[in-house]
This record gives sequence, structure tokens and C-alpha cells, in this order.
Amino acid sequence: MTTIVLADSPWLYVGLGWGASAGALLGYAGWVVVRGRRLSRDVPPEARRWS
Amino acid sequence: MTTVTTEPTRGVDVDDAPRSTGSPATRALGAVVLALVGLLVLLGLVTSPAERVQGEAVRLFYVHVPTSTVMFLAVGVAALGSIVVLWKGSVFWDLVAAASAEIAVVLTGLSLVTGMLWGRPTWGVYWVWDARLTSTALLFILLLGYQAVRALPADRTTRARRCAVAALITSLNVPIVHYSVDWWRSLHQPATISTLDPKIDDAMLVAFAVGMATYLLGYLWLLIHRFRVGWLEEQVADLGLGDALAERRAEGLADAGGAP
Repeated sequence: MTTIVLADSPWLYVGLGWGASAGALLGYAGWVVVRGRRLSRDVPPEARRWS
Repeated sequence: MTTVTTEPTRGVDVDDAPRSTGSPATRALGAVVLALVGLLVLLGLVTSPAERVQGEAVRLFYVHVPTSTVMFLAVGVAALGSIVVLWKGSVFWDLVAAASAEIAVVLTGLSLVTGMLWGRPTWGVYWVWDARLTSTALLFILLLGYQAVRALPADRTTRARRCAVAALITSLNVPIVHYSVDWWRSLHQPATISTLDPKIDDAMLVAFAVGMATYLLGYLWLLIHRFRVGWLEEQVADLGLGDALAERRAEGLADAGGAP
């Protein structure tokens, strides 16, 4: 019964759409930041002074 | 006695350079983006009204349209960078183009997903093979193709030129995606905000504007960080090549010294 009500509700699609956006963008941003931290360990300081 | 070395201090924590791709400017930008995300959630999900025909499903408008608009921008930046790469052989612009193209993959994928989720409650179907949806799917495939070309083994110059050509071919699809709703009969609605006096509720317009600002600044934040990751990857590749050459030279010297 609950499933039928949810499937008929536009809030389900709104929640999935906003959730997918937040999940994908936060996940990608997190991956970029972590990869940057890992690579920074292997690079001399003069090559990672950001202006 | 003080020892002075000119060798890079790899893996040694004696420097004051940042140990990440962050800087004061990107941290400030990130804080602004997070504040805008909070405001977007409040305006888009709580305070803005339901639409007369679509009802609550209109709330997908505040993420789907900014995603798609910034997707166009990301492909445009990749194309612009690629022109400079082909013109001047710029490493900087090759990295900018690669960063922007990768972000464009994420945004195009999200545009397709949020569009499908918006289509179900408004059209009754997740997907139809009409011009807008099909050309967007093609854009996604072309952007994946760019990533495949980037991963092919090649020297830096060859890779940059190949990727630049791939990005320019991909960008040809952008006007087709944008104007597809005008050129062909489509289930997809035409542009909602295309004039300075849009016919839209003020609360919806404000939520949409906050969504646009969030995605634009979020894209800028991602572009800077992804560019720096690309830059670091190049440095690591150079250091690895340098180490391998030094090892080979040492082996060669040892062989020469040990020969009878």
C-alpha cells in the first residue's frame, strides 16, 4: 500500500532527482579532493603552491 | 653544519605548501557554494509553490535546468581550451579542457537522470526517443569517448591534440541539443527562461536563480580542483619518468664498470 502511494507521489521523483544530484556531485567532489591529497604527497612543494 | 639540498623533498613534511588542491580562495568559494546549497534546498523544496499543472514535480526544475545549463558551459570551456591547445599547444588549456570535459560527463549524466525522473510524473514515461533526449544521450556518449581518447597511451603532445579534436567534435552537438526543441517536434518543453521578463512566479524565479548560482559556482570550484589534480598527475608522471631514467643510467654505469 505504501509503495503504491509513493509511486503515485511526485515527491518520490523529486526526492530521487535531488538525491541523485547531491550524491553524484558530492561523490565526485570528494573523489577529486581525496585524489588531490594523495597526489600532493608525491609532488615537491614548489610544484603545488597554488595562487 | 647546515646541509643545503636542491633535491625535491618528496614525501617529507618539511614544507609549508598545501598538501591538497585547496587554497584560501577555493575554501572561500566552497563555503559560498555550501551556503547556496542550503538556500537552494530551502527555496526549492520548502518555500517555492507547487506549479498549477505539474504540481510538486516542478521542484525538479531547480536542479535539472541548472545542471543542463552548466553542462553546456562545461562542454563550451572544454571546446575553448581545445582551440587554444590546437593553436598554441598550451599545456595549461589542455588540463583546463580535460577537467571541464570530465565535469561535463557528470553533469550530462545527471541531466539525463533528473530529466527522466521529471519526465515520469509529467509525461507519464521516463524516456522517449525525441530530439532533445536523444541528442543529450549522444552528447553523453561523445563525452565518454573523450575520456577514452584521454586514456589512450600517447606522449603528452599527441594526447593533447587528439583530445582537442575529440572535444571540438563533441561540442558540435551542443547547439543541436539546445535548439532541438525548436528544430524538431519534441515532447520536451521549449526554454522556460529565455527573456528578461519571464512568465514565472517570483518565488520560483528566485529559487531558479539560486540554483543557477549554486551550479555555476560549484562548477568553478570543481574546475579549479580538478585542474590542480590534473597538474599534480603531470608532475607525478614527470617525476616517475625522471626516476626511471636515473635508474636506467645507474644500471648502465654499473654494467660498464663491471665489464671485463
